[in-house]
Amino acid sequence: MRLLEATGIAKSFAGVRALKGVSFDLGAGEVHALVGENGAGKSTLIGVIAGAVSPDAGSLAVRGRLLSPNSPGLARSLGIAAVYQQPSLFPDLTVAENIAFSLERRGLWRRVDWKARTRQARELLERAGADILPGRLVGTLTMPEQQMVEIAKAIGADARILILDEPTASLTGREVERLFAVIASLRDRGAGIVYISHRLEEISAIASRVTVLRDGEAVATRAIGETSRDELIHLMVGREISTIFPKREIPTGDVVLETRGLGNRAAGIRDVSVAVRRGEILGLAGLVGSGRTQLAETLFGLTPADSGEILLHGRAVRIASPGHAIRLKIGYVPEDRRRHGVVGEMSVAENTSLANLRAVSRHGMIDRGREGGLARKYVDRLRIKTDSIHAPAESLSGGNQQKVALARWLAIAPEVLILDEPTQGVDVGSKSEIHGLMVELAERGLAMIMISSELPEILGMADRIAVMHGGAVAGTLARAEATQQKILSLALGT
Amino acid sequence: MRHSHRREISLAAAIVAIAAIMALAAPGFFTWGNARDLVMANLPVLIVALGMTLVILTGQIDISVGSQFAICSVAAGVFAKLGMPTPVACLAACLVGAAMGAANGALIAYGRVPSIVVTLATMVALRDGLRWVTEGAWVQDLPRTFQWFGRSQAASEAIAMAIAALLAAAIGWGLRNLAAGRAVYATGSSAQAARLAGIRPAHVIFAVLALTGALTGCAASLNAVRFNQVPANAGLGLEMQTIAAAIVGGTAVTGGRGGIVGTLLGVALLGIIGPALTYLGISAYWERALQGGIILAAVAMDAIRVRTREHGSLAVERS
Repeated sequence: MRLLEATGIAKSFAGVRALKGVSFDLGAGEVHALVGENGAGKSTLIGVIAGAVSPDAGSLAVRGRLLSPNSPGLARSLGIAAVYQQPSLFPDLTVAENIAFSLERRGLWRRVDWKARTRQARELLERAGADILPGRLVGTLTMPEQQMVEIAKAIGADARILILDEPTASLTGREVERLFAVIASLRDRGAGIVYISHRLEEISAIASRVTVLRDGEAVATRAIGETSRDELIHLMVGREISTIFPKREIPTGDVVLETRGLGNRAAGIRDVSVAVRRGEILGLAGLVGSGRTQLAETLFGLTPADSGEILLHGRAVRIASPGHAIRLKIGYVPEDRRRHGVVGEMSVAENTSLANLRAVSRHGMIDRGREGGLARKYVDRLRIKTDSIHAPAESLSGGNQQKVALARWLAIAPEVLILDEPTQGVDVGSKSEIHGLMVELAERGLAMIMISSELPEILGMADRIAVMHGGAVAGTLARAEATQQKILSLALGT
Repeated sequence: MRHSHRREISLAAAIVAIAAIMALAAPGFFTWGNARDLVMANLPVLIVALGMTLVILTGQIDISVGSQFAICSVAAGVFAKLGMPTPVACLAACLVGAAMGAANGALIAYGRVPSIVVTLATMVALRDGLRWVTEGAWVQDLPRTFQWFGRSQAASEAIAMAIAALLAAAIGWGLRNLAAGRAVYATGSSAQAARLAGIRPAHVIFAVLALTGALTGCAASLNAVRFNQVPANAGLGLEMQTIAAAIVGGTAVTGGRGGIVGTLLGVALLGIIGPALTYLGISAYWERALQGGIILAAVAMDAIRVRTREHGSLAVERS
């Protein structure tokens, strides 16, 4: 009987199928690695196992016992513990108090024996190989330290099934070694470990089997000795490019925006040198957390750069705020359109004019006629589906909200447009419309920087591709030479 | 920010209903004198509520307006006693208010301290500071030109009403027609989205708090000149009255939605209840209870609307 057996798990979010019938199993005393690109469905799958996400279909069994329905409480009582990339600890409580939360099982009114809890916390931290005082506030710990506390919590909860999501992302070499020793000792005591990582060399060091997820499907499970790094990368990307991209070859013009050794300590990017020309789409690829969005935010003045330089039309500029960037004709369509791209409570018209109110004002007053005209122009041009230009932006579908966000930036007549995941979570029809629009804008001489986690989109739309890894550009590929394998290989680092 | 005016219509209907009840039950309620007293008594609330509406629209709150009001009242009296002409003394009191508002605004916008904490502190500190300085003594022996600006009561009241009307019209118009108005709504809806559109939310928040201080100074001055002495404890409970008026008027506590017309109607509805009860011979104790009921009803209506709207947008998403 397997320790954990997931069969045919399916889950959709707002019509997007994140998991399409995934089966996954874990034996006692086994480390089973889970790999896949951004958005392959890893997070959803571990959410299902941990009880945080309820699947639409499929079954989940622990030691033969069917969990239906699963819940975070049930999962925990069966010994399932998850350590996520972002530690979920209480920053204003001490390490001991945080660990105690996972140890407390009984009623709300039971007295907590803090002395015993602190002692236990110290033991657990020791077993996890962490040198942290139990009395420290979690908010004062570094990211790796917080991760160690999470692992100590999981050990304390006597986890039989431990899920580790990118546990080494912020750890140093020695810390990784210590973590591996802890994992090995848990494994030897019969626990099963689901290990998610982008670092393929780590996987071959610690895991016995590896399952590759791609587009919500488990495409292969291999014993670690029978596979190679190349095969795994091939499995991760191996889909055919199914969508036809409307990309046309356009002669590119002069360099519009260029960075030289751009760095930003606060945003975690360093020594970035990229350039984008008139009529060119520069693709920015990389894993989540590789610094793509941070680079965009630096170029837009949200977190001003602290080293290197930005050149606009060959002249060095300092971009200190978004207002500054807008005056320099740089637009930025952010990733999270619902929260940042549009102001949900404002109408389509008000959203369209928001970054360039001067254009619709007369004598310093907003001219509603002009504003309406501007909005109608973009509603027509971008085929935004809305009842009225006075409808609140939040009443539109995701794809149409994205077009409203785009309209706002086109209204400033930009010279550089940064698009952060422009088609993420957008329906297929709007997606190809947005792509068509990007081509049209390129033909008019707009320079674009497109961040995308979708490799086919990057390959289909970009003229050149800069791949980021760890806050720096790991390599730049021309359209002709770029392949999914090359991009992923650069993004994973070597 | 463009909405269906449903709240304004229901408030107007409620006011009309009360008027109808009064016309049947106590026709003596409708006299010019009564109307004028009603307006004059609520004028300070109205002027401060204009500022409060802006503050709440940006997603903040200012509970120190009552204490600011007391200080500005005393300041107006003291300035007049120092020999300033009454209009100048009033303007100076507005500046005192603006300074206090700016201090609140700086701590909230640039110090990143939550507005409830900052203004709770200034509410207590300003009121107790004033008590300590004045030792509770009223400002007396004011120059004869202070009360009613040295004019007739009717002329002075007309001036006060004109100023209030002008302020309400200017702020209401500005919110709709100036880029600054858009910045207020955008900041309250989502400060991050506003920032990404090139607006500086911190500047907006600072400005509305400073403006609210200035409006409080103006309200305090116009109230002070109705008497020949200035109390040291004016404006008690003003924060609650103005916040209630804005919320009843449809301004969302979470910011980003609402407007001046609603606030004016909110002031009118909450202000008319007390005198109406008196005329109906009902105990004044019921006034607070009724006002509380109205506030609850308004908040409940908001909650229901938000819920239906979320469902609505989800339905669109699925299609």
